[in-house]
Amino acid sequence: MKPTAIILQAYGTNRDLDVAEALTLAGADPVFAPLNELRAGRKRLSDFQMLIVPGGFSYADALGAGKLLALDLASYFADEIAAFVASGKPVIGICNGFQALVKAGILPGGNWELVNGNSPATLTFNQQGHFECRWVTLQPISQKCVWTQGLDESISCPIAHGEGNFQANHQLLITNLVSNDQIALTYTYPDGSPADGAYPANPNGSMLDIAGICNPAGNVLGLMPHPENHIHPWQHPLHTRGERGGSGLALFENGVKYAAQV
Amino acid sequence: MPIFRFVVQFRQSDPRSGGYLKDALALGFNDLRRIECQDLYFIEGQLSQDDLQQLALELLTNPVTQTAEYSIFETRPAAIENSNIVEVALRPGVTDPVAHEIVRAARELGFEGVHRAATGLRFLLEFDPPAADTRLSASPSALAEKLARQLLANNVIQHWAIGEITPSFPEEAASVGSVEILPVRQITDNQLLDLSTDRRAALDLAEMQAIQAYFRAEGRDPTDIEFETLAQTWSEHCTHKTFKARVAISNSAIGNYQSQTTNYPPEVNSIIKTYLKSATDTIAVPWVRSAFVDNAGIIDFDDEFEISFKVETHNHPSAIEPFGGANTGVGGVIRDVLGVSAKPIAATDVLCFGPQDLDPNSLPEGVLHPRRIQSGVVAGIQDYGNKIGVPTVNGAILYDEGFTANPLVFCGCVGIAPKGKHHKNPQPGDRVIVLGGRTGRDGLRGATFSSMMMDAQTGEVSGASVQIGDPITEKGLIDVITRARDLGLYHDITDCGAGGLSSAAGEMASKIGADIELQRVRLKYPGLAPWEIWLSEAQERMVLAVPPGNIPALQELCDTFDTELTDIGRFTGFGRLVVRYGGEVVLDLQNEFLHEGIPQRQLKAIIANSRNDTRNSNIESSNIAVRNTLITILSSPNTASKAATIRLYDHEVQGGTAVKPLVGIAADAPSDAAALKPVGTKGVRGIVLSNGINPGYGKRDAYKMAWAVVDEAIRNAVAVGADPERIALLDNFCWGDPKRPETMGTLVEAARGCHDAAVHFRTPFISGKDSLNNEYLGADGQRHAIPPTLLISAIGIIEDVNQAVTMDLKAAGNLVYLVGSQLPLANYQSVPDVPPTAPATYRALHNAIRSGLVESCHDLSEGGLAVAAAEMCIGGRLGMEIGLGVVATSVAGIAGETAEAATTALFAETNGCLLAEVAPDAAVEFEKRFTGLPLTKIGLVTTEPVLKIAGAEIPIAEIIMAFTGNIR
Repeated sequence: MKPTAIILQAYGTNRDLDVAEALTLAGADPVFAPLNELRAGRKRLSDFQMLIVPGGFSYADALGAGKLLALDLASYFADEIAAFVASGKPVIGICNGFQALVKAGILPGGNWELVNGNSPATLTFNQQGHFECRWVTLQPISQKCVWTQGLDESISCPIAHGEGNFQANHQLLITNLVSNDQIALTYTYPDGSPADGAYPANPNGSMLDIAGICNPAGNVLGLMPHPENHIHPWQHPLHTRGERGGSGLALFENGVKYAAQV
Repeated sequence: MPIFRFVVQFRQSDPRSGGYLKDALALGFNDLRRIECQDLYFIEGQLSQDDLQQLALELLTNPVTQTAEYSIFETRPAAIENSNIVEVALRPGVTDPVAHEIVRAARELGFEGVHRAATGLRFLLEFDPPAADTRLSASPSALAEKLARQLLANNVIQHWAIGEITPSFPEEAASVGSVEILPVRQITDNQLLDLSTDRRAALDLAEMQAIQAYFRAEGRDPTDIEFETLAQTWSEHCTHKTFKARVAISNSAIGNYQSQTTNYPPEVNSIIKTYLKSATDTIAVPWVRSAFVDNAGIIDFDDEFEISFKVETHNHPSAIEPFGGANTGVGGVIRDVLGVSAKPIAATDVLCFGPQDLDPNSLPEGVLHPRRIQSGVVAGIQDYGNKIGVPTVNGAILYDEGFTANPLVFCGCVGIAPKGKHHKNPQPGDRVIVLGGRTGRDGLRGATFSSMMMDAQTGEVSGASVQIGDPITEKGLIDVITRARDLGLYHDITDCGAGGLSSAAGEMASKIGADIELQRVRLKYPGLAPWEIWLSEAQERMVLAVPPGNIPALQELCDTFDTELTDIGRFTGFGRLVVRYGGEVVLDLQNEFLHEGIPQRQLKAIIANSRNDTRNSNIESSNIAVRNTLITILSSPNTASKAATIRLYDHEVQGGTAVKPLVGIAADAPSDAAALKPVGTKGVRGIVLSNGINPGYGKRDAYKMAWAVVDEAIRNAVAVGADPERIALLDNFCWGDPKRPETMGTLVEAARGCHDAAVHFRTPFISGKDSLNNEYLGADGQRHAIPPTLLISAIGIIEDVNQAVTMDLKAAGNLVYLVGSQLPLANYQSVPDVPPTAPATYRALHNAIRSGLVESCHDLSEGGLAVAAAEMCIGGRLGMEIGLGVVATSVAGIAGETAEAATTALFAETNGCLLAEVAPDAAVEFEKRFTGLPLTKIGLVTTEPVLKIAGAEIPIAEIIMAFTGNIR
């Protein structure tokens, strides 16, 4: 049996088909779920083995990227999502999905007290001050994260965001992310050496070159870049130079493999 | 009800502030030291202190990065003396999606007391010298006012204040039923023309007389809504009357015109039929599914899918409100593709602006600075394309003084649909269904506005013609319509573009008739008269013909994707268009008169001599001159890297982009074309998109320009791997006032060039669009017309995206060939011809690409061979050594490889040529493909990163610096 994946569609989600294709190639069975269908009770999260919050511009980024989708998640689905996360099934939020998971307080998770209903960490405007689309190189780090554990090879894929700069208001939170092995992916140079905050290898100014983080249990991953847009060889910008390509797929295969076991 | 004012600011500097400061400095505000930008929110409602605190912290701020202050808002005197603060808010009626979301989200959070919301921006300005200097105490607010006017606010959509601003809120929607009768039956010709002018109808006397005659026969006078409907349906924008006109041809009195006038009959009856449709008919290829009849042109993709392509212009709106103009330009062309039931999969954008370093004091009155136009237009495209999730994959940016007052904004969209699912066949009894956004006063008379010359007042008077788009609402339309198509829920579909419901419903009802009730149309705010509802160009709306039995299924889709469905009437089968307001008939027109009653325009065209370029472009042949010339061209605005703009557009969403706009090792070299493999299609087949445009040629010889840009578009597509026998073209003509015979002459010339070139290459036209009257009447009384500008957009098929070729050099030791021949140049100044061998050359090149013999390929365009070679070096971070030998001899017509000949060959702009990189062991095979065709081995790829060319040795690092500036 293929693991089933539920892909949330909010008002303004636009990389839903992209991630569905990646999941299909990785061996999952994706199903789309507009939030309205979930609210009407026509679909239930608990019937699925994976939960996907895809990229896009939910609510046109009004009041900050992911903010109003986070509000929806917290207002209508807080219990369902908490139960899904607690069950240990894999969850992934990509780009706008990551922003929503952070702003809903689901990431970085743990015992951090919410500040006025908001997470102590955030994804704010890129240091360059504008939206940017470019290919980046990612190093999988966390061995706790079910999506990145065991991945050695770096992943190249595009970013396409204006608010991807990971910042926290506690130094302690950052220290804990490191010591808890919650830093899932970091930006590097193409040769794998750390970006050390240098643009454009680190495209947005994120602390510690953070491209993605997971929750303390390791089953929820959030990341800004789009591995779902690098699942075919011809998507690689250098495929005409003989680059093999497709390195984004490994992340989804990892998640699907894990989902099959839970 | 009390109004509360919230100011939200970043703890550290707001990321937007830097951009504003940069723009202000570029506009000459040298005394400005700092701009700090903050967000303003106004919320009206019954709210406690706790409520306010919670709203501020939980909804309006990001506590990690921002802080908020709030207070009760009291109306104060608008201006506070000597303030360094500018506040900006939207004018009433301008779409404000954030305000809408605030109300919705506040209620979601449980704040039922929130009634209405509005947004704004607050700018804190710091000038040098400080305002404390009493002798200059008046100057900061004077400077602030100037800055507000020139940069921070646009009068067309915003109002501003020094100090605190008073917001305007959206109001409850209700219309007013006032209909005016316009007496036309008894008035004189002059009065007819006055009526046309007063109502900004842009109709000429013959057209006004036709309307008069119709109503005399009907025995009554028209209502305002009938008159406005006729003005819209008969507008240049909607009916292309210039392209359908009967044109009397005469040749220029002076000089001889290369005997080309002999190619003309004394009269051309419809440019579009004579030159554009006829080319497609002559070529008659089976893979064209729909040309010139639908919202977009359609060709076969494979056995299962068809692809559609449309390119629109949004020039006039972008001139007065660049963000909104370009924003809705993208939204509009995406709806064109939805209008053929296709899913939008790619966007293209070609932009023409005035020089970015233009002296602000030299601008005509009422004209925005080209820099401000560019930043607004780019932001508008970015906003719409990125948010709706359609990748922007191809385009161009050109600069010319002729575009200062009239920027050109070409927005294109490609769609894909399963074959046989698109219907255009409304049935009597079908409901007239509006999907999407609500109707406001926005965009009134856009169709007629775009058909007029602009003047200093245009911005103010036509302000209502410009709107801000709402891409998320349109994303909902994509979701609903593609599903409704697959379920077969509708019989016909059209987008609401220029002319609004009048145009969309009018067109759909043109065969069978319809009966529509305007009171059912959902409005954004009150006070709209029936004609305003009918003509409004509010964005994000589609009209569908839906059998009554399918309405529940469509409604369910709409509910799922948060899209509004409104049933406004029915298709009748009576052959008349009837529109009611509250049951009372306000419009009743015979279809035949509405759609066929417009008298054919009679125009005159004078075919003039081609003009030579008067610039002195002789290049010295010394090593230093070659180096300096190359560096100068590479760093000139027209050639230099556009990466800073390209990276603002998402070119990866939907995961189909196989050849990206920026290519090469460092992704900083310009691609010839884009290649896409649409998601959901089987196999490895892809789509190639490219364009050709050259207003510089347009100024000199419109006929040859057309040949050159058709060739350029095809050449670019072939360079990445498109099959030259599977390329279709779109035309977009942007011209001045066609009533001037000389202008009409160049239009006829360009159209004839389109025909001849398309037939030569066997590339059919499938769609087109014209934007005329791109002229600006300056306060100086001078007319500022754009150069005649023809954009050719190409859409082609690549059999296997894995075989796509990019322009970056691949490996040292490879050979470099000049594919095609540079024709002998009489001089630099004339527009080059297209070599007759070009089609065969492209087929040979494609054959070589299919066989895997080509490592890289790049076309020769602006800056000629030298610039093409330099760009290939940038892409591969490799060097190249070029010996021009026989090429130089033939180009310059000088015997032997003299320095002069080599320099001429290096920078000559020619058609039909590309550079191809070939591995040594493939050279024999490669050369075989070109038997009997022009092909010259001219160089070698080197490890040493130096371009060695005509005696000059130029390090690649220097070339990169010139091309990219400081952009990474």
